[in-house]
Amino acid sequence: MALLLENLRCIDPSVDLDMLANIAIKDGKIVSVGPDAAIEKGERRDLSGKIALPGLMDMHVHLRDPGQEYKEDLTSGGNAAARGGFTTVLAMPNTSPVISDGSQVSYVINRAQNATKTRIYVAGALTRGLKGQSLAEMGDMYQNGAVAFTDDGRGVQDSGILRLAMDYCRQFNVPVLSHCQDESLVGKGVVNEGVVSTRLGLAGWPAVAEELPIARDIALAELTGCAVHIQHISTAKGVNLVRAAKERGLPVTCEVTPHHLFLDENSLDTNYQTSLKMNPPLRTKADTEALQTALIEGVIDCVASDHAPHAAHEKELEFELAPFGTTGLETALSLVLDRMVRPGLLSYQLLISRMAHAPRSILGLEPVSLAAGSIADITIIDPNELWMVGNEGWQSKSANSAFAGTELCGRATDVYVGGYASLQNGEVL
Amino acid sequence: MGALASKHLLAIEDLDATEIGTILDIATSFKEVNERTIKKLPTLRGRTIINLFLEPSTRTRTSFELAAKRLSADAINMSGSASATVKGESLVDTAKTLDAMDADLVIIRHAMAGAPQILARCMRASIINGGDGKHQHPTQALLDLYTIRDYFGSFEGLKVGIVGDIAHSRVAGSLLPALSMLGVETVAIAPPTLLPACPEVLGTRVSSSLDDELSSLDVVYMLRVQQERLERSPFPSLREYAGLFGLSVSRLQSMKKNAIIMHPGPINRGVELSSDAADAANNLLLYQVNAGVAVRMALMYVLLGGESDGAVA
Repeated sequence: MALLLENLRCIDPSVDLDMLANIAIKDGKIVSVGPDAAIEKGERRDLSGKIALPGLMDMHVHLRDPGQEYKEDLTSGGNAAARGGFTTVLAMPNTSPVISDGSQVSYVINRAQNATKTRIYVAGALTRGLKGQSLAEMGDMYQNGAVAFTDDGRGVQDSGILRLAMDYCRQFNVPVLSHCQDESLVGKGVVNEGVVSTRLGLAGWPAVAEELPIARDIALAELTGCAVHIQHISTAKGVNLVRAAKERGLPVTCEVTPHHLFLDENSLDTNYQTSLKMNPPLRTKADTEALQTALIEGVIDCVASDHAPHAAHEKELEFELAPFGTTGLETALSLVLDRMVRPGLLSYQLLISRMAHAPRSILGLEPVSLAAGSIADITIIDPNELWMVGNEGWQSKSANSAFAGTELCGRATDVYVGGYASLQNGEVL
Repeated sequence: MGALASKHLLAIEDLDATEIGTILDIATSFKEVNERTIKKLPTLRGRTIINLFLEPSTRTRTSFELAAKRLSADAINMSGSASATVKGESLVDTAKTLDAMDADLVIIRHAMAGAPQILARCMRASIINGGDGKHQHPTQALLDLYTIRDYFGSFEGLKVGIVGDIAHSRVAGSLLPALSMLGVETVAIAPPTLLPACPEVLGTRVSSSLDDELSSLDVVYMLRVQQERLERSPFPSLREYAGLFGLSVSRLQSMKKNAIIMHPGPINRGVELSSDAADAANNLLLYQVNAGVAVRMALMYVLLGGESDGAVA
């Protein structure tokens, strides 16, 4: 099988590439990139006007499979990833049942092979059943392909258990992904504590309830030597804690979601929009500005969507009863393109670093690049495509997007995974 | 068109100062009706009013029911235990079901903030918020305003102190912004654990010393204190709360001469109100209850299309 993608602007800072070029692919790998790259026979596609990037990865998605297939499954989740421009995702373990032993990890990995072209990696539970009380079988899961461990969806409340888990996890040389939430401070909080919680009469979820566990996790990373990756960081002070940890050379990384980058609590009004109910909650305008700055600087390593699909009937409830979360796979790239790359805040080079290279590096996965010898995982975007979020429906089974109705410019049109198209001219294959 | 810009009363901000004045004026004429032997007007004959009370309530539900009946509306009560919600039906589906029955006005009391907004989105009826979670209780604010205006003649120059669990009080959630809208100076008085995260949103100043504030207040509005919880109580004991924030006999003495005591009820004798304060001549608690029926009649009247004149035929 040979394929030639022609006349693209090809960008990849990892190989110092930014030029109008062709990409030649054979047997799932890139064989050459350059103005003269060619193949003897095979499929040729003229992609003039488009931009080729190393395949993007979203290291924080909830695919709900097994157990909650009415929200999402590996096929629909994989298709949503392709539509959004991702070649690769990392599925969180808070399914039903929770992924907490090796057989469950291989179940998901094996099912994913037939369900979708998108590469689906699996994170296993850090503690058994996400209960935060005893260690999950990390060794068994690691041997069966888990690439990280996390109790995502809940914070580990007991610092002693977390220390034990990080000590134990270190032997596998994979990171602990940490959902930072001190439940004793959050209580029944559903929105950021402050102006909006007061105005709407809702219980507040204070920033300090996230910052305190971040500080603790950093201290435990130093103590144990285990790498910790702070998930969905949402506050300016949290970012400062990570910045200080990095300056000291500690094995600490973090991610930010598009909704925390581009929405703040003021979007919530007396309509009580459950589509804006997130965990952690939308914070202040000043926080969003600090997050954007930190993403540009690299204090925040990567963008991850925290894709959290929920059925319509679950979100159409009283605000306090509705589940937390927004979908994100189909909008994350477009949002970063529209809100940061287009206005010149973030270069394509940095976008690639934050959405393709950093996630793989954090997880210790094989890097991808636009260079001969690399696996042919490629994301191709049209920087000028205008679209309205949600207008044409969703690949995801769920429609709970915080950005529905937003007009965005810039979108993935084609995605190649190992040389095969999972998205072609905007159609999921 | 009716006398109000909004079709609903979901939160006190749905009204402006003029509209509040209009409702209070109309309530005055209904209050006179309530003093007659025959307490009934044909004003809302043939209209259907549903009291959807999904959280336990006696006084508010009774007040709305009386208001509807005195205006000759067909008033139906649906309470939490009798409604479909315990069978697992969503509020949206309950609302659509009531909508299919052609209700004209629905009063909703619900334990969750924003529930009235859900009804307003999926029903044709006018919606009155009868108390939603820790958010608002706008008809309580209206009857409180009625009481204050009736007693003092106007709102001018008054200073109102609200004492108690401001953070979790829907009564304060409506009354503080309402007073702010009318230009009345307010102070929220409570231990810091019972004060809201951003009091300025409610248009108020805060204080944690009742003794510092008491002598300057024209209205001392005491909120009901939650019964003691074992875990994570925001104050150490009812005894300590009563000592710091209760209206004791000695504090009664330091009130301004013409000041009044108010309370949304039900009261905890010996906690926020000493028995002396509960039974004091300047405690307008029962007057508030009385005004409540007339104010709710006035609100139903204007929401269902009545003009500001000619309410009482």
